[in-house]
Amino acid sequence: MTAVPEVSSGPGQAPRRRLKRSTRRKLVRGSLYLLFIAVVVVLALLADWQAIQTNYLDGEVWRQQFPEIITLGVKNTVLYTVEAFVLGFVLALILALMKLAPVGIYRWAATVYIEFFRGLPALVVILGVGLTIPLAFGYQLPGGTGGAGVVALTLVYGAYMAETIRAGIQAVPKGQYEASRSLGMSSLHTMRSVTLPQALRIVIPPLTNELVALLKDTSLIQFLGFAVGQRELTALASDNVNNFANASPLLAAAVFYLIITLPLTRLVAWMERRGMRSR
Amino acid sequence: MSKAIEVRELHKYFGDNEVLKGIDFHVDMGEVVCVIGPSGSGKSTLLRCVNRLEEPTSGKIYVEGVDITDPEIDLDRVRSRIGMVFQQFNLFPHLTVLRNLTLAQRRVLKRSDEEAVKVARENLAKVGLADRETSYPAHLSGGQQQRVAIARALSMNPDMMLFDEPTSALDPELVGDVLDVMRTLAREGMTMMVVTHEMGFAREVGDKLVFMDGGVIVEEGVPADVLANPQHTRTQRFLAQVL
Repeated sequence: MTAVPEVSSGPGQAPRRRLKRSTRRKLVRGSLYLLFIAVVVVLALLADWQAIQTNYLDGEVWRQQFPEIITLGVKNTVLYTVEAFVLGFVLALILALMKLAPVGIYRWAATVYIEFFRGLPALVVILGVGLTIPLAFGYQLPGGTGGAGVVALTLVYGAYMAETIRAGIQAVPKGQYEASRSLGMSSLHTMRSVTLPQALRIVIPPLTNELVALLKDTSLIQFLGFAVGQRELTALASDNVNNFANASPLLAAAVFYLIITLPLTRLVAWMERRGMRSR
Repeated sequence: MSKAIEVRELHKYFGDNEVLKGIDFHVDMGEVVCVIGPSGSGKSTLLRCVNRLEEPTSGKIYVEGVDITDPEIDLDRVRSRIGMVFQQFNLFPHLTVLRNLTLAQRRVLKRSDEEAVKVARENLAKVGLADRETSYPAHLSGGQQQRVAIARALSMNPDMMLFDEPTSALDPELVGDVLDVMRTLAREGMTMMVVTHEMGFAREVGDKLVFMDGGVIVEEGVPADVLANPQHTRTQRFLAQVL
């Protein structure tokens, strides 16, 4: 009989063979790599590369997206985003201050507004503003479909950003308020010169995340039906998917979304790392 | 001698918890009064009532003869005459040292930027930080931050200064610089009310020592006497622990 290395696993248990811990760790890691490679290989074998190439990566169709995809698509996407963000920020600031107001009715009104618009899908608000206001009141918002979309997104993102800004204001240490008031500064001066500047610094990362979400939601405006010159990335891409009977325009639009959003999300990650270190 | 601060029958509740149980107390003009006592004794609350950072539940507080518990009082004006220094410094982190000192001068006292900067520089020099006016608070040590905080309060040309445990958050080796500044202020005749654990400072600089425990003033008198010869057992027990 050959000697087998044995380790007893504990009282009452049969002695069994054991690998060294380091060997076991290596085996686990090795099999995880193997599993990943296997999945990639299977997917590559299953994929219809021919179809992918002709439908998504058609060089001629890609070339024909330019320059419109930038001069029209990116331009309008960015334009709607910036407009809705700036207006939404102003609305959010007002709502946040209302939520912190000493008079209850303001807090209550702000809460009702915020809960209402945060609880609705953005698309419902966009359709509500763009379709039902002209129907019900015979009033056409300025700026056509784009204008209606911007107003709707302002209403929705004003509600989201209000909560973020309120949290930022409340995150400023109470001692800051006390120091300012003890110098004789009024509550208004304190808010403007001491609390808000610090609160806004705190909320830059979360507001940037909301900017990214807003940018993506501008793609919903197209459900109102754009005039040709008002189309943004998604509307333009979906028209061109139909025109060319090819998926390449949508992939091109996706690439441009990522070109805009990835730097922003990386920026947030960087700011959050830096913020953590300075604390 | 006229009274800078006078407190009469002051009661303060936090919810059901009575933290000040009828305080009678005064600080004369030009006097340095140190308040000591165990944590939870109400000494900080008393100090914070004097500029109404805490709202008194009942009782009267007079600052330079004016009843500041009067609801018609212009509180911002009163506060601008009372300098306050906090345990946690509470400098404005988004402003440079110089802007920390000029902000309230310009907003509250309506001084021109030029004049505010001039006053600020004088006070920075006084606390020994003339070379740090462009720094941000985060780049200063705790002791330096506290001296800036004192200079900020002084820039309002206050009639009196309140200190709420000004050295309790400092590393031991930084305490001396802050106490030196306070000693200088006292020598110049500033009226000061100081909540502190620095018994040496109280003995040396204080004109009066007040010992609080459980929301009441247990004992007060000349610092050297109270420290060397406490009359009440509670004072004796506390001093035995800290000295």
